[in-house]
Amino acid sequence: MVMRTPADTTGADTAGAPWVTTEPWRVANTRRESDDTVTLELEPPAPFEFSPGQFNMLYARGIGEVPISISSDPGEPERILHTIREVGAVTRALCAAEPGQEIGVRGPYGSRWPLEKAEGGDLMIVAGGIGLPPLRPAIYQALSRRDHYQRIVLLYGARTPVDLLFTGELAKWRSRFDLTVEVTVDAADRDWRGNVGVVPDLIARAPFEPGKTTAFMVGPEIMMRFTVRALQRAGVPDDRVFLSMERNMQCAAALCGHCQFGPFLICRDGPVLSYRQLAPWITLREI
Amino acid sequence: MPQTHEPQPLDRLLREHKFFAGLDPEHLTLLVGCARNTVFPAGAFMFREAGPADEFFLIRDGVLALEVTGPGQGPITVQTLVAGDVVGFSWLIERNHRWQFDGRVVERIRALELDGVCLRAKCEADPRLGYELMRRFAGLASDRLQATRLQLLDVYGHAYPS
Repeated sequence: MVMRTPADTTGADTAGAPWVTTEPWRVANTRRESDDTVTLELEPPAPFEFSPGQFNMLYARGIGEVPISISSDPGEPERILHTIREVGAVTRALCAAEPGQEIGVRGPYGSRWPLEKAEGGDLMIVAGGIGLPPLRPAIYQALSRRDHYQRIVLLYGARTPVDLLFTGELAKWRSRFDLTVEVTVDAADRDWRGNVGVVPDLIARAPFEPGKTTAFMVGPEIMMRFTVRALQRAGVPDDRVFLSMERNMQCAAALCGHCQFGPFLICRDGPVLSYRQLAPWITLREI
Repeated sequence: MPQTHEPQPLDRLLREHKFFAGLDPEHLTLLVGCARNTVFPAGAFMFREAGPADEFFLIRDGVLALEVTGPGQGPITVQTLVAGDVVGFSWLIERNHRWQFDGRVVERIRALELDGVCLRAKCEADPRLGYELMRRFAGLASDRLQATRLQLLDVYGHAYPS
């Protein structure tokens, strides 16, 4: 029998009070990031503290509830952002929300990015597609404590140039001398002046010292598996690679079991887990 | 102080390139005999699809786009290559030695060009060199194949919920 091992990325234990909800949050603003992705700016009734990597359960009245990562700066607790891709009835309703509308929120849930493990070394952040929003709070926090890290490298991939998120912010980050940003797309026409290719291929080009690098990664699971292999080839140890796993989280309180992944319940033990923890399970088809 | 670009010896450029790391010095000398420096301005084509692939390149700086054009649509870039990348394995692996894509220069390229006809003759004469190059270029082709598979999977499609 396999016993569950405690995650080494946890900072929150929200399972103790799963159904505590605040009064509804007001939509202060919305921003369309791409054809199918919208960022909701929500005003919590009181300042809302969270750690980078955590998620909230967002409830569209009469339709349903979904887990959505928080994509804003942890240093701005009065203004909480969630970047949502339209993939079903609930996310469509959330993406269609108007300023002034109220949304049900409970959270924050889940484990956080272990930024302290990267201190003193290089921090590599790897995002694919809608994987950038859950990493953005970690980027903000790392940049707010820039002197705690050596190099900070952001590698980001999307399907095409029009699918890229946070393009204005990417341009600002690119202009910094203390942050390396490499963006790539799977295919493009001639109007695109950037990289074309897959995210794992960016690893070989990126400046970092493998033995002193901590990597955070979010994206489609296949992309993450290929990227982990590229990091392993470069010499980054498995216990310094952290992935945010996406599973069917329904209760967010470790009660329903829908998000079970091997010995883990992703809503409680994750979403952020080290590759060392995930390695025995991540290539199993049955999971 | 104005920057100067000191010409660097070809053998040093080849020896220090990661693609040729660990290559027998004797074989490196054979490669040098087939190499030359070359420059392509932005907008030029290093090669065209279906053209004879009688060379390959090691990009020293600049950006190259591999493009393919279909009927009724403009050119699509399938991959970009930058400094440190190797361009072309058709000179060795592809049966008829033809380029498979257009190679359009996005940003001025300085590269080492290696003459594939010259090298193929040396590989025929020295099977150890032939095996060594085939091994390295097969690895390069394998990497490109994996990347292509990942692109074909369209992993950023709608199967991945937020």
